[in-house]
Amino acid sequence: MGAVAETHEHDHHGHHDHAGHGYGDNSKLYVHIFRDDLGSKAGMWLFLFTEILLFGGLFFLYFGYRVADPHAFHDAALELNVMLGAVNTIILLTSSLTMVLAIVAIQRNSVKLSLFYLVVTIGCALAFLVNKYFEWSYKIHHGIYPGSEELAMRAKGEITFFGLYYLMTGLHTFHVIVGAIILTVCMVFIMKKHINQDKYIILENSGLYWHLVDLIWIFLFPLFYLLH
Amino acid sequence: MSDISLDMNKSSRDFQHGDGNTKGEFVTFYDVKTKYGTFMSWLFTTDHKRIGLMYLFTMTGFLLLGLTFAFLMRFEMLTPGETIIDAQTYNSYFTLHGIIMVFLFIIPGIPAVFGNFIMPIQIGAEDVSFPRLNLMSYHLYVLGGLMALGSVVFGGIPVDTGWTFYVPYSLRTGADVVVPLLAAFILGFSSILTGLNFVVTMHRLRVKGMGMFDMPLFSWGLYATAWIQVIATPVIGITIVLVILERVFKFGVFDPNLGGDPVLMQHLFWIYSHPAVYIMILPAFGVMSDVIATFSKRQIYGYKAMAISMMAIVFVGYMVWAHHMFTSGMSDFARAIFSFFTFLVGVPTGVKIFNWVATLWRGSIRITVPMFFALASIFLFSIGGLTGLVLGALATDVHLHDTYFVVGHFHYVILGGILTMFFAAFHYWFPKMFGRMYNQKVSMGGAIMYFIGVNVLYFPMFIMGYNGMPRRYYDYLPEFQIYHQISTVGSWILIAGILIMFINLFYSMFKGREERNPNPWGALTLEWDQAPSPPPLLNFTEEPVFTHGPYDYPDYKPEENKEEAK
Amino acid sequence: MSNHGNTHAEEHHHEEHHGYGFFTAIWIGLIALTALTVAIAGVDMGVYTVPLALLIAGIKAMLVINYFMHIKFDTPLVKWFVIACGVIFAIVVIFLGFDVFIGRAL
Repeated sequence: MGAVAETHEHDHHGHHDHAGHGYGDNSKLYVHIFRDDLGSKAGMWLFLFTEILLFGGLFFLYFGYRVADPHAFHDAALELNVMLGAVNTIILLTSSLTMVLAIVAIQRNSVKLSLFYLVVTIGCALAFLVNKYFEWSYKIHHGIYPGSEELAMRAKGEITFFGLYYLMTGLHTFHVIVGAIILTVCMVFIMKKHINQDKYIILENSGLYWHLVDLIWIFLFPLFYLLH
Repeated sequence: MSDISLDMNKSSRDFQHGDGNTKGEFVTFYDVKTKYGTFMSWLFTTDHKRIGLMYLFTMTGFLLLGLTFAFLMRFEMLTPGETIIDAQTYNSYFTLHGIIMVFLFIIPGIPAVFGNFIMPIQIGAEDVSFPRLNLMSYHLYVLGGLMALGSVVFGGIPVDTGWTFYVPYSLRTGADVVVPLLAAFILGFSSILTGLNFVVTMHRLRVKGMGMFDMPLFSWGLYATAWIQVIATPVIGITIVLVILERVFKFGVFDPNLGGDPVLMQHLFWIYSHPAVYIMILPAFGVMSDVIATFSKRQIYGYKAMAISMMAIVFVGYMVWAHHMFTSGMSDFARAIFSFFTFLVGVPTGVKIFNWVATLWRGSIRITVPMFFALASIFLFSIGGLTGLVLGALATDVHLHDTYFVVGHFHYVILGGILTMFFAAFHYWFPKMFGRMYNQKVSMGGAIMYFIGVNVLYFPMFIMGYNGMPRRYYDYLPEFQIYHQISTVGSWILIAGILIMFINLFYSMFKGREERNPNPWGALTLEWDQAPSPPPLLNFTEEPVFTHGPYDYPDYKPEENKEEAK
Repeated sequence: MSNHGNTHAEEHHHEEHHGYGFFTAIWIGLIALTALTVAIAGVDMGVYTVPLALLIAGIKAMLVINYFMHIKFDTPLVKWFVIACGVIFAIVVIFLGFDVFIGRAL
């Protein structure tokens, strides 16, 4: 019983997060008295699966509608800006890199470097949002948005394409915003030493979330922008 | 055992003993002192046992509400045409009955109450892996429930789409659809968090020496369920979001006028909602194994097959959803495939039923209330399951889809399989949870009424469905009236039986005879073997030790016993 | 039993913390694949367009999952979790395809 040495998870050795423990202590109802980094990571992965299936539902719809009218999808896709999409892809891939590097840095106790990489990651997220803003406002300005009269005059497959376009990129953008907020919180935790060289599972789990945001875009990009 | 050991990398944890009282006495989890007053100490608890009890109370309230709608619906159906309510109201009633029963009772059901309370103790843990997420699950559940009810009270015409909210009607109806759907979305989150918690807990917090295949089958049932909760629930989450957005912003993904395909919506809906029925039944299967083993005093026949069959049901269960859509306009090819796999998924279930019967064979059987429910459940669930096969066959389904036959089928499996085992679980673990015992005669009376009620209420539905009575219909031809009347009388018997049991149980929680024996049934799983009744905050007074399997009874052999009895 | 499993892991994976260079190399691979997928998008390949685009996206995804998300070096527990999720996702796509693709489009 007791600590089992595990080389690449930094759990074990019975760390106590709180001073009080057991229920004789009147100050807390129940104290989270043990640490399980691997359990924490496994739980995070399970949460990621829910996100994958959430977007997955939209991908299932895309699959169904694309097969039903590939020509309409093709025509509609021509109206999307490939360059902007590609730039956004590179931005997100880079942000994934800097995310990982932030973790490498904290593993080596380079706190300032870790914070730097997180700033770059968040910066990439903001750049992505700016691009998305321009992309959408251009479309909306030209009357291409759900429920618009312009769109209603198009072929049914095109209406569906743009409906899915706004839904999927919109849901994705929402997750980019949430991710940026999470990473900002991580930065605060690092500055308060709540995340440090010996305990950085929160940063790892946040990184997993961020990589998922990148992964979804990796599939969105070719399916919407590269159909020709 | 393969080299891949899933038990690697156990976390370390310090076992916390009691409050230092050296006389061996301890403080039960009810009496833990905190800085909060009583109400807040429950509202903000992270103790899995308290959370389980809060679920129990809240869920019972929702069940009674769902039963009220059922009672009124059945009363309305006593005569053709209007009896006590108009058609629009009837539509709202069956919708709300479905939403409340499915999302607020049956899906959280056994896992939220008994899974939360008992599972960590069964595996020798102090709590689940994420106690605060567990509390959040409960809060989300309450929020979702209040929203669903609020939409009825405050929201204009109550939702009338049926709990399945198919498009295009759910896009067009003037009833309030958005708020109940949002409530369902929130409830989905609650379910996901519970599943996530349970998977990690069972991998990480088992007592030393207990492998996955040493866990009691109740825990295995919860484990299998938890995987479905995590993977399937998000799909209905997105479906709900899509229907809401489409209703508000006219996206065009489902609405045929805008190029959408309503059948695709049905696909998305059932990709969750079929696995959801396995979320409902797998915990009940788990309870069944524990109860049957205890009251036959026998090792479960084929333990490993029982565990693996549950995972097989999970797996194959993802391949059958479109059997709800055989008449929707799907391709013939797809219909054949889904029908085939629907039959296939019955195989692991059949394995379980055979193994339970084999466990009973030559066992030392005691007909306690939980055991009565378990035996009744095998009978009732089998009726439900066999009629499911009738529906799974394409030719017969075309005739029976959307008739009362379907209603009879799913109520047999849900009440016969799941609610029966909910009561079994409640009567089985009652002494552990409350340190008291209920009046067994009263409960047995209620149980018998329950059994009779289920059959009188639902069996006529097969007959009238076969003869063409459609479901969700407010009005009907006079030839069906006799069946409706029998059903309605059955509903009275059933509700009376349920109320008798609930009154007995809730009364006994507070005023029942104290049960000093921490293991009155003589069971061998950890919660009986090594935890007091009721347990202390951290479940055990001494560190639990894994010394034997969950069902290692010396097998009862009648010939030998006759010798000893002399 | 679990001790045996542990030492087995220890032999193979000592403190597997990769450095800045390693991850940058992975990133270069990802950028290259992105350039490739944009380049071939202009080439008409008929029926193979979508499968090829998805294949390249899949390779990129494998790089992110295995290296950036570290699955390749994690314990079997999370590896099996990811595989389970992937398998079920694939099954749903295939079975949906039985109606949406094979049944109707073909």
